[in-house]
Amino acid sequence: MELTLWTYEGPPHVGAIRVAASMREVHLVLHAPQGDTYADLLFTMIEREGRRPPVTWTTFQARDLGSSTAEMVIETLQGACERYQPQVLLVAESCTGELIQDQPGALAKGAGLSAPVIPIEMAAYTRKENWGASETFYQLVRGLLAGQVPKPGEERAPRAPDQAPSVNLLGPTKLGFRCRDDVVEVRRLLESMGVRVNVVAPLDATPRDLLRIPEADANINLAPEVSDLTCEWLRRHFKQPTISTVPLGWGATRDFIAEVIETLGLDIDPDAVGESRLPWYSRSVDSTYLTGKRVFIFADGTHALAAARMARDEMGFEVVGLGTYSRERARDVRALASEYGLEALITDDYLAVERAVTELQPELVLGTQMERHIAKRLGIPCAVISTPAHVQDYPARYSPQMGFEGTNVIFDTWVHPLIMGLEEHLLTMFRDDFEFNDDAVPSHLGGEGGGAQQPDKVTPMIPAEPGAVAWAVSAEKELRKIPFFVRGKARRNTEHFAQEQGLSVIDVETLYEAKAHFSR
Amino acid sequence: MNQVIARADADSMPSVTTERGERAVFCGLTSIIWLHRRIQDAFFLVVGSRTCAHLLQSAAGVMIFAEPRFATAILGERDLAGMADCHEELDRVVSELLERRPDIRRLFLVGSCPSEVIKLDLANAAARLQGVHENRLRISAFSGSGIETTFTQGEDQCLASMVPDLPAAPEESQRLMVVGTIADIIEEQFRRHFAQLGITDVDFFPAARADNLPPVGPGTRVLLAQPYVSDTVSALLKRGAKLVSAPYPLGIEGTLAWFQAAAAEWGNSPESVQEALAIPIARAQKSLAKTRESLQGRTLHFLPDSQLELPLARFLRDECGMSLIEVATPFLDQTLMADELKRLGSEVSIVEGSDLDSALARVRASRPDLTVCGMGIANPLEAEGLRTKWSIELIFTPIQGFDQVADLAGLFARPLTRERQLEVGSWS
Repeated sequence: MELTLWTYEGPPHVGAIRVAASMREVHLVLHAPQGDTYADLLFTMIEREGRRPPVTWTTFQARDLGSSTAEMVIETLQGACERYQPQVLLVAESCTGELIQDQPGALAKGAGLSAPVIPIEMAAYTRKENWGASETFYQLVRGLLAGQVPKPGEERAPRAPDQAPSVNLLGPTKLGFRCRDDVVEVRRLLESMGVRVNVVAPLDATPRDLLRIPEADANINLAPEVSDLTCEWLRRHFKQPTISTVPLGWGATRDFIAEVIETLGLDIDPDAVGESRLPWYSRSVDSTYLTGKRVFIFADGTHALAAARMARDEMGFEVVGLGTYSRERARDVRALASEYGLEALITDDYLAVERAVTELQPELVLGTQMERHIAKRLGIPCAVISTPAHVQDYPARYSPQMGFEGTNVIFDTWVHPLIMGLEEHLLTMFRDDFEFNDDAVPSHLGGEGGGAQQPDKVTPMIPAEPGAVAWAVSAEKELRKIPFFVRGKARRNTEHFAQEQGLSVIDVETLYEAKAHFSR
Repeated sequence: MNQVIARADADSMPSVTTERGERAVFCGLTSIIWLHRRIQDAFFLVVGSRTCAHLLQSAAGVMIFAEPRFATAILGERDLAGMADCHEELDRVVSELLERRPDIRRLFLVGSCPSEVIKLDLANAAARLQGVHENRLRISAFSGSGIETTFTQGEDQCLASMVPDLPAAPEESQRLMVVGTIADIIEEQFRRHFAQLGITDVDFFPAARADNLPPVGPGTRVLLAQPYVSDTVSALLKRGAKLVSAPYPLGIEGTLAWFQAAAAEWGNSPESVQEALAIPIARAQKSLAKTRESLQGRTLHFLPDSQLELPLARFLRDECGMSLIEVATPFLDQTLMADELKRLGSEVSIVEGSDLDSALARVRASRPDLTVCGMGIANPLEAEGLRTKWSIELIFTPIQGFDQVADLAGLFARPLTRERQLEVGSWS
């Protein structure tokens, strides 16, 4: 039993719905109690979908238990087949469905349905949403392509000379982070390299499209949380190589281009493919103030890894915390964190993340919807870089994260919440200016973090430890003169310093001693 | 699977059709979202699965609360396989929780679909934990599971679980108990109105503090602010209370009749109530007049959701001039709805229960001007060119009483006003 306040991922059957809702001509029957249908609103409200996810629920109640739930499954399956006439019918259970052991998969096989059935085991009590999406996609692809698997030892026929090289884009789903625009951007990039996109899946694919997956020369593993397993299966059975670099960031996009060229044996100049404004924007003198900004990153595995590299190498930030809720990616994130001299935070406990942010007092948080709330409370600027995300992170505008346009979007997204360079200086110099002071919200910040919620006005989550040092009135007053966006860090550093020095009271001198001690 | 239930007094009452099939409704756990704001020192611990936790954070944008007063103890495979003793685990989780939140005065253990299917006895657990934590706080259990409860019924179960703790009222004293969560501002308005009618012994249940338990006894007159409290009412009646039959305080007529019904118990005539409340009534009439214009003559379809459908339909028809195509409700309590059914009359067709696909087919066929529905369905209907009002807003907004009448009508008028105002693209 595990105590949970907020959860980064939903249950695995929500992952199955994401795959079904991403596709066309697929229908999912879920054996689940009344109430589990809340999942529909994730799609229709958060992503503003204009159609209900293609899911029919049995919605059993207590009075159905023990007698008629199995019949309900069969009736629901038959009704869904008749009404929606899907090319493929997926069958799964939610957590409660799993407990009553009706085995809807087996019932579906015996129900004489007009559509082919693919049952999916959800393991609701050990797994989570991304696993559910991955498993559903894998079972769907495997189920549809099982008949086409070449015999062992059979080699792939080489591509005909008159045929353009082609790839599949695997992994993008509904409720993924900016998948809609990333597909457009990556397709544009590939087409500019003369590479044809054969199938995109699950997003907007039909089961018939999935049957054409083996025709491509390679698979691009665009959302490893969802498509890793499928790409690996296709590699093993269809000898389709996997292009595994995710083009998130300038360096990663260049690596991606190089990997595409290498994998497909293209004869083009990698430097001639596409252009990003990020390198110049980052080198331009205005960006100097970004140097060494302390950044905390927490996201799904793919976005956390990419953000860390971008933050350090492409924006000139200092990564002070790195973590993920994707346990499947824990090894990669740990490895990168240790390269950055950090210990990775691998957890799905929201409070552990909040503790880490409170402790580190970063100047920018890059995270999910959860970290946005944490940062807001602590008055720290924040940008959302990963799911779980809320309705405002499914923007109307074209806003990809991948490819070169993605780097432009990310540069803007990460810089906008910060105080601009000269504004920062002015705030520091004229701190008692009656119109331009700590309590005035910087013009560009709006409601998003910053002056509106000052860190030292927020009641800390963690109570002061016994034996904590006290602040002399003069030191407290001096502390107030430090701009609010670094005051939290200054307070914490000074307290650590005082504790290390065995001081019981912090005076003005201690404040400056600490500043010297921690200066970089 | 439709069946029309024949009734003896079929002439003056709405016809009721029962429907069975797919139900697109929240489970009772959703009630926690408003209950934990109302009862400010209570904590709701759901014993369930990741689905329960996910529902609670998805159903409403409530993540503004950094550390909300609800949480989920997620059952894992070890608990289900019997490798861990669920009761020991629960004790551990509760101790952990109370250590973190020493301010909590009442803990609700909330049953879920999984906990009920594995027959985890939370009432027993609550009694045992009460022994462990003695006088520090009260611990009780109720079910918010989807197999037992639909949406607002979670509140009913929560309140019913508190009834045994209510102190006994002295025999001779007559007190009014208003049952069902309402906004603080409405409670204050209602208290003022009751005072104007000379009724000062008024309790609201639930109260803002868990310790503030209203007394109950033969002198208690129960007046319902919300229609979904069937089990709570039964429990209160067993403790000797008397139910005041009334419509619900939605709209001017509903609110007036509600006060009149209560006041009658204190010997006040309907006319004297109307006179005493003349000022707020006149104000409500004035403010409603404007909004009414956008609603007059428009057609309306209720999909089943909150159990507020009948009183809302009555208000929108009688006071806003809308015409009712269908009024569906997840569950119909004939006793608690007696007054509303009479007011709706035989012209109205009511559907109890749900078969989602056929209900949507009827909506598509009749194309009402406005459909009241759950959040999962609203945007898809909008995309088909149909205006909707998502019903959870009716639970989260102060809508009862005279001074909220225009706000209530406004919730329904806004989608229609927006349709007229927007000069962008096309809705159909």
